[in-house]
Amino acid sequence: MKEKIIFQKSQKGRFTDYVTNPQISIFPPSHFIPQKLLREDLNLPSLGEGEVVRHYTNLSRLNYCVDTNFYPLGSCTMKYNPKVNEDLANLEEFLHIHPYQKEEDIQGTLELLYNLEKLLCEITGMERFSFQPSAGAHGELTGMLIVKAFHSLKREKRFKVIIPDSSHGTNPATASMCGYQVVVVESTKEGLVDIDKLRKLMDSSTAGIMLTCPNTLGIFEEKILDIREIVHRQGGLLYYDGANFNALLGITKPSLMGFDIVHLNLHKTFSTPHGSGGPGAGAVGVRKDLVPFLPVPLVDKKNDYYYLNYDLKHSIGKVRSFYGNFPVLVKTYAYLLRLGKEGLVRVAHNSVLNANYIREKLRDNYQLASSKRCMHEVVFSCKDKKEEYGVTALDLAKRLLDYGIHPPTMYFPLVVKEALMIEPTETESKETLDYFIEVMKRIDQEAKTKPSVLKDAPHTTFTKRVDEVSAARNPVLKWEEYGE
Amino acid sequence: MADRFFTKTHEWVRLEDDSAFIGITDYAQKELGDIVFVELPSVGEKLTQFSRFGTIESTKAASELYSPLSGEVTEVNNDLVNHPEWVNQDPYGKGWMVKIKVDNRDEIANLLDEATYKNLIEKEA
Repeated sequence: MKEKIIFQKSQKGRFTDYVTNPQISIFPPSHFIPQKLLREDLNLPSLGEGEVVRHYTNLSRLNYCVDTNFYPLGSCTMKYNPKVNEDLANLEEFLHIHPYQKEEDIQGTLELLYNLEKLLCEITGMERFSFQPSAGAHGELTGMLIVKAFHSLKREKRFKVIIPDSSHGTNPATASMCGYQVVVVESTKEGLVDIDKLRKLMDSSTAGIMLTCPNTLGIFEEKILDIREIVHRQGGLLYYDGANFNALLGITKPSLMGFDIVHLNLHKTFSTPHGSGGPGAGAVGVRKDLVPFLPVPLVDKKNDYYYLNYDLKHSIGKVRSFYGNFPVLVKTYAYLLRLGKEGLVRVAHNSVLNANYIREKLRDNYQLASSKRCMHEVVFSCKDKKEEYGVTALDLAKRLLDYGIHPPTMYFPLVVKEALMIEPTETESKETLDYFIEVMKRIDQEAKTKPSVLKDAPHTTFTKRVDEVSAARNPVLKWEEYGE
Repeated sequence: MADRFFTKTHEWVRLEDDSAFIGITDYAQKELGDIVFVELPSVGEKLTQFSRFGTIESTKAASELYSPLSGEVTEVNNDLVNHPEWVNQDPYGKGWMVKIKVDNRDEIANLLDEATYKNLIEKEA
């Protein structure tokens, strides 16, 4: 490590602050805090203000983000997040409210929640939404708890959930957390759900299916209406994982495809800076007869007065404090109002167009994972490159860093060997896409002529190739153990 | 080896009297890459054929482990906690995972023999 952490820079008793002690009497901490809770041995670094500012400013310059470079991380929808969203989320009126304030004092805030819910219902065809879940996986959990509550109320014993082998890992994890047995349905060669296999697996002991559409190969599930028929006929529910909803905005609705429960990653699809743990918003929407199961409260309106409705007959309860990550909801609302219906359709069109542009331009250099035309993301396989030149998807991804491009998602979906999953999003220009395509072609040449350049990459970054295997096998979790 | 059988999900089982050793195949370890973590069941747990008995994690992915046969776990290779790399180095030897007391040898009929398994991985590759 070349950059010391702030504790290593600390010098006990360092004094660079030339302010005169103001000589005013203040209450000592013991005035407020019980004696037994008082501590004097706080492990805080000791540095001057200037050193602290330099330290963090320099660290921030090592950041790689969507505001600095192209970020085609598949399935993550790293679109540009308009700065006006930040301004609006930081309005004093939103910033200083407290969740325990009286309803009549926060009518504007409740109105925003109410209106946003209406917009999301229109976009998805669902009846009502809860904003409580903090992220996509949290939304999944909420949705599947609703599935469970729905079947239990009918006294039906259903213990299985069907999940395609191309699904996000969070889907089986969610089903498992809800106490369900996960049953995997295989994909066809094109990467679609195998309808015949699904028909055999679906029975009256199955609670439902969790599906991402377009799926993780970036392919639209063409047989979605057959899937609906198979699952509904046995009394199961269809859960829509909204991870890839960007491709369908304003084009079609999950309700039209037969989905009963939907989660949307508001932070991805509707533009909030995200990654590395949030804050996010995994809003969950349901069809009409499932509304009584939603978490409480919902925002309702009576005679132009907005109020919090806790009266939901079969509510699964709260899944998070208050109303979720509210600033993300403000950004979502701002995004939707600015784009409008036509804007949303353009987002979907361009995200699909951009992915297909990359697909067509690179298909002679990289093996396609599916022969079907893709939606918002395209998956290539580096299996042939591994066999012929010994370079892996990982080597290729690392080499992209040298050209100032964030690597795509690698080794996912699991059904594709040496997968590279590329999602350019709608906000990238043709020039950026062309640069990426040119770089990918150049790396393809390098793989053939000098594979060692890929093997040792990255060469130009602050940190060179990291030893991921040792890091995972022997994680060093405390800086003291790392040493100088 | 006539006493070794395989699953479609790339586990192997080696029968020894009324017990059986279970692990993952050489093909599986190659596909997964460097193994960094193995989560195994405890002694006394009952496994049913093709049900999940643990998790294996590489730098690429986490995968479930499925039991080739039904039976009670009598021994667990706890050395893998500190030496997950043994699964890469010696998947059929030091990299074994659990030993079970076999419930029903008839279940072997649901497994693949060496030749059939070889065919399967050639098709997959």
